[in-house]
Amino acid sequence: MEKFNILEGIAAPMPLINIDTDMLIPKQFLKTIKRTGLGENLFFEMRYDQNGNEIKDFILNKDHYSKASIIVGGANFGCGSSREHAPWALKDFGIKCIISTSFADIFFNNCFKNGILPIIVSEDLHQILLQDAEMETTSIMKIYLENQKIVRNNGDQLDFEVDEFKKYCLLNGLDDIGLTLKSADKISIFEKEYSDKFSWS
Amino acid sequence: MKVMAKSRTLYDKIWDNHLIQSENDTSLIYIDRHLVHEVTSPQAFEGLREAGRKVRAPNKTIAVPDHNVATTSDRLTNFGSEEGRIQLETLDKNARDFGIHYYAVDDIRQGIVHIIGPEQGWTLPGMTIVCGDSHTATHGAFGALAHGIGTSEVEHVLATQTLIQQKSKNMKVEVSGELGNGVTAKDITLTIIGKTGTAGGTGHVIEYCGNAIESLSMEGRMTVCNMAIEGGARAGLIAPDQKTLDYVKGRPHSPKGEKWDKAVKFWKTLFSDPDAYFDKEIFLKAEDIAPVVTWGTSPEDVLPITDFVPSPDNFKGSKVEAAKRSLEYMGLRPGQKLQDIEVDAVFIGSCTNGRIEDLREVEKIVKGKKVKSGIRAMVVPGSGLVKKQAEEEGIANSLKEAGFDWRMPGCSMCLAMNPDQLLPEERCAATSNRNFEGRQGRGGRTHLMSPAMAAAAAITGRLTDVRDI
Ligand code: SF4
Repeated sequence: MEKFNILEGIAAPMPLINIDTDMLIPKQFLKTIKRTGLGENLFFEMRYDQNGNEIKDFILNKDHYSKASIIVGGANFGCGSSREHAPWALKDFGIKCIISTSFADIFFNNCFKNGILPIIVSEDLHQILLQDAEMETTSIMKIYLENQKIVRNNGDQLDFEVDEFKKYCLLNGLDDIGLTLKSADKISIFEKEYSDKFSWS
Repeated sequence: MKVMAKSRTLYDKIWDNHLIQSENDTSLIYIDRHLVHEVTSPQAFEGLREAGRKVRAPNKTIAVPDHNVATTSDRLTNFGSEEGRIQLETLDKNARDFGIHYYAVDDIRQGIVHIIGPEQGWTLPGMTIVCGDSHTATHGAFGALAHGIGTSEVEHVLATQTLIQQKSKNMKVEVSGELGNGVTAKDITLTIIGKTGTAGGTGHVIEYCGNAIESLSMEGRMTVCNMAIEGGARAGLIAPDQKTLDYVKGRPHSPKGEKWDKAVKFWKTLFSDPDAYFDKEIFLKAEDIAPVVTWGTSPEDVLPITDFVPSPDNFKGSKVEAAKRSLEYMGLRPGQKLQDIEVDAVFIGSCTNGRIEDLREVEKIVKGKKVKSGIRAMVVPGSGLVKKQAEEEGIANSLKEAGFDWRMPGCSMCLAMNPDQLLPEERCAATSNRNFEGRQGRGGRTHLMSPAMAAAAAITGRLTDVRDI
């Protein structure tokens, strides 16, 4: 997994509440063999009309925001199914950070597994960041994971909370596999003893 | 308390043998066998490639295409869908690139992953076995701890040959006594789910025991463990005995010579100690189990074939609404006699009931008879070797003569990911394991039952008490 520390990018405002995993990536795209390539179908039904043409008004179709790497989203972001295709699609599109007042539990964890930082902020901060995102000129934000700060375009610094262990994994680019591989020696020792004892396995 | 600390269940023993490390509630478990199929593995292999990782133990990793393969004889060139073709090709490439064991579509040993594991001797007692598929529980019939995992976990096992796990609780399901005429392993497992509900085993590993379970063949035991997942449990287990050893012996990948003797000595220690503690216990009398069918869209909607379609008012809480919805979807009326329900299709196959013994049961019922005209009856052997054996035993001929469509091996209409699908409102007597809405095709209606019962339905054209045939 890619390391995450400092992110500077455009934040797209998506104040709609209850953005669910079906909106993020509808079921017809689950038959894929890849976790990449899903980005073009992110928010499929909001993004394209029946004929497959881009809907101009949709935020991520706007020239400026099509390069967004941050979403300032509405409450209960990512509710619905456990499909890992949702964070896969976000990541593939280029989204690396989502800021909201609350997230659905499974989606929240799936984000960390895939190198995406979900940040929970208070209602007040959320309003400020949403307003920033809505103006192209103020929509560029910086995220400092190590110092747990969001820096607004005007230089204001806002603190955020993040689970220590999850922060550690993101900073070091460790997924579950990376973590387990830190015990590689232990696994090798176990494997050796095990195969001596159970030679047929 | 002293006694309890020393006494262990079969699950405890297997767990302890595979425990690498444990911190708080989270443990790292060593995995003996990793089975892989085309649908849940592509992203995992892609993850390995992106990170520049290898498969840690290619000799413990076995891949086979099953979910998407066509079951028609032209299946090497006809894939049903472009996406299906790509998934199959991807598995092929991944298996070859990463050097894992592989049974290609044109290999006679190809078949449903949970059928070929035991068939090839990959599945052995005391092992930990995982697969990106919930019916991995099947392998528990050999006294192996076997369960399904997600795609991220597939990648984790490929890369590390371990799994991060939390230990489950122990649950015992004891079935004692003698099974009545026409009652099979499928009736046992469905009856258990009917009794405990689909969440009854949640958070538990079930050990099935009692003389009725012991009396089952290995095929029957696999049928029982296969549906542990429908009962909410991640895994089902049956302690190995002489039947297990007899089944395992001489398989291509089972141990030989000195290794065999050593293995057998160890396998004989694989049982729950007499005073081992179970968090939950269920007792059933074999005499109380009848040939059953499902009437709804949950595997817990089980009734004896002699019964009637229930009314939603018979239920409590959220099940009332669920039953209403089920009956509407299934096109059934409360009070209807189950045996009056006419079917349009019959599906015999799947990892629940696609083994040779199942096909023998079907032959017994249909030999010399005809499938009722207008009924689409399909038999899909669980593997190429099951198919071959059935052809050699003359079963294939009897079934074809009776009017069954004799297919190539695969998952087929169990989940209808390939072209084998029900049409909307088509009603099917099926030997598979899930009767969810749309499971066998959009709008399709599934009644789960044993192979003998499905065979009987094919002859009469309606749900039928096999004891009357
Ligand atoms: S036969 Fe059905 S349940 Fe078994 S592995 Fe295939 S799709 Fe899954």
